[in-house]
Amino acid sequence: VFKRFVEIGRVAFISFGPHAGKLVAIVDVIDQNRALVDGPCSGVRRQAMPFKCMQLTDFVLKFPHSARQKCVRLAWEKENINEKWAATRWAKKIEAREKKAKMTDFDRYKVMKAKKMRNRIIKHEMKKLQRLASKKGKKPEKPEKSEKSEKPEKAQKSAKVQKAQKVQK
Amino acid sequence: MAGEKAAGEKKPGEKAAREKKRGKKKTGEKKPAEQKPTQRAVGEKKKKVKKHHASRNPVLARGIGRYSRSAMYVRKALYKRKYTAPETKIEKKKKEKPRATIIKPVGGDKNGGSRVVKIRKMPRYYPTEDVPRKLLSHGKKPFCQHKRRLRASITPGTVLILLTGRHRGKRVVFLKQLGTGLLLVTGPLVINRVPLRRAHQKFVIATSTKVDISGVKIPKHLTDAYFKKKRLRKPKHQEGEIFDTEKEKYEITEQRKSDQKAVDSQILARIKQVPQLRGYLRSTFCLSNGVYPHKLVF
Repeated sequence: VFKRFVEIGRVAFISFGPHAGKLVAIVDVIDQNRALVDGPCSGVRRQAMPFKCMQLTDFVLKFPHSARQKCVRLAWEKENINEKWAATRWAKKIEAREKKAKMTDFDRYKVMKAKKMRNRIIKHEMKKLQRLASKKGKKPEKPEKSEKSEKPEKAQKSAKVQKAQKVQK
Repeated sequence: MAGEKAAGEKKPGEKAAREKKRGKKKTGEKKPAEQKPTQRAVGEKKKKVKKHHASRNPVLARGIGRYSRSAMYVRKALYKRKYTAPETKIEKKKKEKPRATIIKPVGGDKNGGSRVVKIRKMPRYYPTEDVPRKLLSHGKKPFCQHKRRLRASITPGTVLILLTGRHRGKRVVFLKQLGTGLLLVTGPLVINRVPLRRAHQKFVIATSTKVDISGVKIPKHLTDAYFKKKRLRKPKHQEGEIFDTEKEKYEITEQRKSDQKAVDSQILARIKQVPQLRGYLRSTFCLSNGVYPHKLVF
């Protein structure tokens, strides 16, 4: 049921508070509600932090409990947590949300245009398939053809999404 | 006595010597070759002008002098020191008296052809009660002297979103702020049918999109008077059909068209350089579900 546990070395994401948005490693557990936490590579000083503001990630580091900051930093850099974190979907979603919030009026217009174009292309392809399907009636070729033509659509979709992201930037 | 005489002789002699020295010092820089009596005279004159006498009115207590105003007049010999300003200016002013009457021609037979008319006439009405004196007020300026402010986010070339008026929702390019504080704005006309127009700063959203208008020359005759609405008021016929004579339909003058072209041609070139900007200016701004203005970044 639970996959991520609070353990020594667990990397956590701070969701609210003064250090919101940063990653920390759990160094030691103080009591039921607080942990000793350290984020040498993310600008968080070694301190006690309540569990409530931490959200556990999939990463675990290897260091003994109450290890000093140097050890935590070594473990962190060995595992390359910063890069791994940036590659996760979680981090990407956060980044996308931030970008969306920063969009100016002009950016919103450009995104709207890009989405419209993309949807048009998709619809076009769909209509094509539907026409083929309706023309040939209920022949067994139908499912194969739809699968094959969805793949080039997806490739086009990703191209559009990239354009939208560029536009956002 | 002899001593006194000698002392007396010494004094004029000393004075003469002192005057000589001082005269020499002052005029020595300019013309050392000048004769001595002239030097002395120049020196003396300069001395007399520069040396101010101490106060001839001894102080009894602070603010109170020993002698009265008339006594001081005599003591300072002001009866000898009466100066008049050069006369030419006064003479000129005297000559330049404003004309009191004017001769106007009069029509009709046997009328004498002209009348002498006063230019400044006596008042035709004196109120029974005088208007009470208004209390002094401070800092109340007429509209023409008000300070005009402009939001920092609005700079020449900014794209603005108009919020009121017949062009509400349209995105428009800001050109400059006019004398009354209103913003001069243009569509450009070809893009969104907004002509050169005035907009109010308060009813406008400034976006962060800017068009580079650095070299664009806006004609200088585009002022508030140019844009002001014109109203005819000559109700000679007070009965019936007054409303037809006043401008019901606004007609676009040729000057406006030419000004529009002149400004827009420069701006359109800049707009074309930015991709998708033309389409952006063509579109209108709208809110939809889930879009909250306080959360939007413009």
